[in-house]
Amino acid sequence: MSEVLVLVDHVDGAVKKPTYELLALAARLGEPSAVFIGSADQGAAVADAVKGYGAAKVYVVDDAQIKGYLVAPKAEALEQLIAKTSPAAVLIPSSAEGKEVAGRLAIKTSSGLITDAVDVQPGPVTTQSVFAGNFTVTAKVTQGTPIITVKPNSAAPVESAGAGAVEEFTPVISDAAKTAQIVASQPRQATGRPELTEAAIVVSGGRGTGGNFEPVDNFADSLGAAVGASRAAVDSGWKPHTFQVGQTGKTVSPQLYVAAGISGAIQHRAGMQTSKTIIAVNKDEEAPLFELVDFGVVGDLHAVLPAATEQIVARKG
Amino acid sequence: MSDPTVDLCSTVGSFACNLANTSECTGGAFGHTAMNIVVCVKYVPDATADRQFQSDNTVDRVGVDGLLSELDEYAVEQSLQIKEKRDGEDVTVTALCVGPEKAVDAVRKSLQMGVDKGVHVVDDAIAGSDAAATSLVLAKAIEKIGPVDLVVCGLASTDAAMSVVPAMLAERLGLPQVTQAAVVETQGDQVRIKRDGDAATEVIGGTMPLVLSVTDQSGEARYPSFKGIMAAKKKPLETLSLSDLGVDAGQVGLSVAWTAVEETAARPPRTAGEIVKDEDGSGATALVEFLASKKFI
Repeated sequence: MSEVLVLVDHVDGAVKKPTYELLALAARLGEPSAVFIGSADQGAAVADAVKGYGAAKVYVVDDAQIKGYLVAPKAEALEQLIAKTSPAAVLIPSSAEGKEVAGRLAIKTSSGLITDAVDVQPGPVTTQSVFAGNFTVTAKVTQGTPIITVKPNSAAPVESAGAGAVEEFTPVISDAAKTAQIVASQPRQATGRPELTEAAIVVSGGRGTGGNFEPVDNFADSLGAAVGASRAAVDSGWKPHTFQVGQTGKTVSPQLYVAAGISGAIQHRAGMQTSKTIIAVNKDEEAPLFELVDFGVVGDLHAVLPAATEQIVARKG
Repeated sequence: MSDPTVDLCSTVGSFACNLANTSECTGGAFGHTAMNIVVCVKYVPDATADRQFQSDNTVDRVGVDGLLSELDEYAVEQSLQIKEKRDGEDVTVTALCVGPEKAVDAVRKSLQMGVDKGVHVVDDAIAGSDAAATSLVLAKAIEKIGPVDLVVCGLASTDAAMSVVPAMLAERLGLPQVTQAAVVETQGDQVRIKRDGDAATEVIGGTMPLVLSVTDQSGEARYPSFKGIMAAKKKPLETLSLSDLGVDAGQVGLSVAWTAVEETAARPPRTAGEIVKDEDGSGATALVEFLASKKFI
């Protein structure tokens, strides 16, 4: 059975959930091989984590020559791993960086690239959601090694024991790839809430909050949810840009999306329309988002959310 | 490389002062004296219109009203700002568009906003090209435009929204890419940007020539002024075909795309959900009951 390369999504060796989702998809296509580009001394811990989700092999690529530069060295490392393993496919998380690595890799290897897949079936045949979620597209790669970037929450992680055989791989990184440098980096402050793109529940606030996000934050916390914001709220300075859900912010696809005080412009819908269940709370009963919802409350979020939060906290006792 | 104590705003802000002391960054370090900026602009179906696929599963780019992709306006804006900040230098900004005949509108809008020249690559053979082929045509056009210092792109198109063309273009041109900039500073041949990365806020540095992409956070795009609209009519606008670029028609288009769409289907409309009106707290209770019925609590 052919290998399927999965690029491990991690922060300083801590493996993130989308990696396990990719491993589950990879198992449908062949034998999952995790590719960890990071500090070599974290390789063993990462291998332990991914083999619990079916990784048969774990390629550990020490990032001493890669760290500090933008995507080009990572693309070179993957190119060389493709040459070595002739994989059936390469699966990469659909983050901003993941898509750039994939773009370079596709040109280097003359391979077709599919981005933002929400499902991958044997073939591989991918499913994408396009035009603000109004169309579903199935597609396949017709040349080279299929390179597919996959959105978070596209598959459920599957716990299964893999061999997890560790193999160190040392790519040759060209000087040309080491030209765009990270001069300074400030890790995002931990909010204690789940990551927006990976969360099972997202509660977002918009113009209707009037700048007071407390009801939104508290309601989110009662549900263990991530907090998001519409562009209007971000442009008003009420939340940082990293909270923005929509075309120019994050695309989310949680089990539950709650929009509070958000009218629902097409640009916002593009970022949340594929959520499984959608709830809106808005004073304006004409708000376009009500057309999409499974459940809606016409009312003031400043009254509805605190009362709901209180009831949820009471139920959880 | 990463020093979490660094104040990122001041890092970008003090960039000009830092570079003023380094000899390698004085003007004329490009290998040619004038500075050339190419800004890539895409003509897309209006996102607020009823966007459709054609029977061959390609995006209908003719039957739906189109316009300059909103996200590329920010790329035009930043290109113009870089030029304006380099007062007294010989800077040329060229808007480059690959697309059907109507796509010339995207180039015209860029000219009206203030770019100096327009180049429109139009050829029937291009229709249905995927991102890989599009990046090939863009790369060949950029090589034809001449020695380029900066290729500027938007964050994503508002139709396909893959966000991969800047990376593909950089790979084809053999250039570094500095992407998703929220703040852009240039001095001499140095570029520095600030961006919200996936896990951190970052300052990225690179040396021209390079490919730069900017986000909608980089600054509101200007509207064309009446003067700009009049001036645009006299600006050079060159139309090129694939043969002008030395690209074989067999290298692009739907039939040789590296990916194939099997099926496109309109998403079934969501069935209208239950809407309740909040009266004296009834909304909160109904909301909590709904959440409980769906096992969210």
